[in-house]
Amino acid sequence: MHTEKRPREFYILAAFFTVFVLFLYGPMSAIFILSFQGPNGGLTFPMNGTSLHWFGNLFETQAVGDFGGAFQRSFTLSFMVMIVTVVVSLLAGLAFRRKFYGATALFYLAVASLVVPSIIISLGIGVLFQQLGFAPAWYTSGFGAHLTWTLPFGVLIMFAIFNRFSPSYEEAARDLGATSWQTFRFVVLPMILPSLIGVGLFGFTLSYDEFARTLMTAGTYNTLPLEIYGMTTNVTTPVLYALGTLTTLFSFIIIGSAVGIIVFINRRRGNA
Amino acid sequence: MVTVRLIGAGDGKPKREIRLPGWLPPYLQATPLALILGGFLLLPILMIIVVSFWDYDFAQMYPDFVSMNYVDTLGSWVTWKTYLNTLKFAAIVWLLTLVIGFWVAYFLAFHVRTAAMQMVLFLICTVPFMTSNIIRMISWIPVLGRNGLVNTALVKAGIVPQPIEWLLYSDFAVVLAMVHLYTLFMVTPIFNTLMRIDKSLIEAARDGGASGWQTLTNVIIPLAKPGMAIGTIFVVTLVMADFSTVQVMSGGQSASVALMMKNQMSLLQYPAAAANAAVLLVVVLLMVAAILRVVDIRKEL
Repeated sequence: MHTEKRPREFYILAAFFTVFVLFLYGPMSAIFILSFQGPNGGLTFPMNGTSLHWFGNLFETQAVGDFGGAFQRSFTLSFMVMIVTVVVSLLAGLAFRRKFYGATALFYLAVASLVVPSIIISLGIGVLFQQLGFAPAWYTSGFGAHLTWTLPFGVLIMFAIFNRFSPSYEEAARDLGATSWQTFRFVVLPMILPSLIGVGLFGFTLSYDEFARTLMTAGTYNTLPLEIYGMTTNVTTPVLYALGTLTTLFSFIIIGSAVGIIVFINRRRGNA
Repeated sequence: MVTVRLIGAGDGKPKREIRLPGWLPPYLQATPLALILGGFLLLPILMIIVVSFWDYDFAQMYPDFVSMNYVDTLGSWVTWKTYLNTLKFAAIVWLLTLVIGFWVAYFLAFHVRTAAMQMVLFLICTVPFMTSNIIRMISWIPVLGRNGLVNTALVKAGIVPQPIEWLLYSDFAVVLAMVHLYTLFMVTPIFNTLMRIDKSLIEAARDGGASGWQTLTNVIIPLAKPGMAIGTIFVVTLVMADFSTVQVMSGGQSASVALMMKNQMSLLQYPAAAANAAVLLVVVLLMVAAILRVVDIRKEL
């Protein structure tokens, strides 16, 4: 097959794929360029000079609200969500390898968590906290709301991984006298580590960008996406683009480091 | 294997294994997930159903058992029109993401020859979906706006005499942004099923004299159906739940069920929003149940 000449279908589809990638990245690069708009520039092209004016504008608190605080809250929340998502999904993934009463119900509950409209969960948690007399806050109600979004992804990924995981490695370890903890720690865990990092990346980015479920559950202080969502209605300067550029760069750094770690682990394993 | 060698080297002193009854571990392992979903998914939904029967005025809600909220919701012509509009978006976006998603996945699975290249191209498709939805929405403003890139190009090229108004803040913009936001949810599951198709089946079809098109329609597409079904669940539920894309991209000129809910919420009409939520939930769950009859998710992962 490798020596065959590429059929015409290949070129058509390659062109289609290229257009798709341009469609994905084109608009993003437009706001990236426009965030360097000159001080008198507007929301659209042409560029009216280039400057870092709007990035500077971002850090003057009175100009666009509490961007620094919102970023800090979002970062902390995403980090908490990431840790809990990895641990809980891993445990659930291990549980689903064996039969237990209620397994099917729990699995469909996880699927339900994915398909139930975000705004309904937001409303439900908001009203629940109100009726119980708790004040909603990003680190309590918001935290739980985010977990209902990240956990199903984590559980489904773990499910897929363990579906392809041969039990013969564990049997071999047990035959060599390993305890069940040792089998998990030295055999299973290293093998699934790259996937766990993937789950962590999902947990972090999904939480970092989430806002529909945060709407009613964030309490007094906004997370970053809520701050941006608010800005879409009342900010008419490129400062919005500057913020977009910064958070997108931050996402890229997170994705890049996760992919880097996974590649590093796989490479080291290949050499060993 | 390295991992096996590590077992002995890992610890010096022999450890005693704590013996749990064999049936217990899966229950312990599943408990955190069950508790979190119970507390932040089941309980809130039950709360919504309870509150949807409550009475309310401009300031607060009163525990009660009235069907007023449902009567108001289902009896209003606006509700039906909004549902129709939302379903219209769902249908159009579903069709577009299905067609685009299938061909992208098909290209990645069958035309990219090395696994490394496949991973790189797949990652290129994935990265934008890990960035902020709102940022990706507003990034259409400089492209589609009245003085945006598309209009400027069209006017300069002499194709249209003056900027097209309906590019931004219209149903067109809503659909475009949704396709932009949600196509990956179609690409990933379809790519996943296509990668699991045994390549010898395709060779067999070719040896049996099938043309490329016949192989596609008789072998590949039927085998890709589970992936399409899972992608459909994602896309349909995301569109049915959407309020921000409709709000931002239509500039307030179009409506969706979730946006209607959100407006009721901002007016503190929680029982009305709850009744709306209950109806929307039933509609979405029925749609998902219908799709799940076609595919068993647990087998497809």
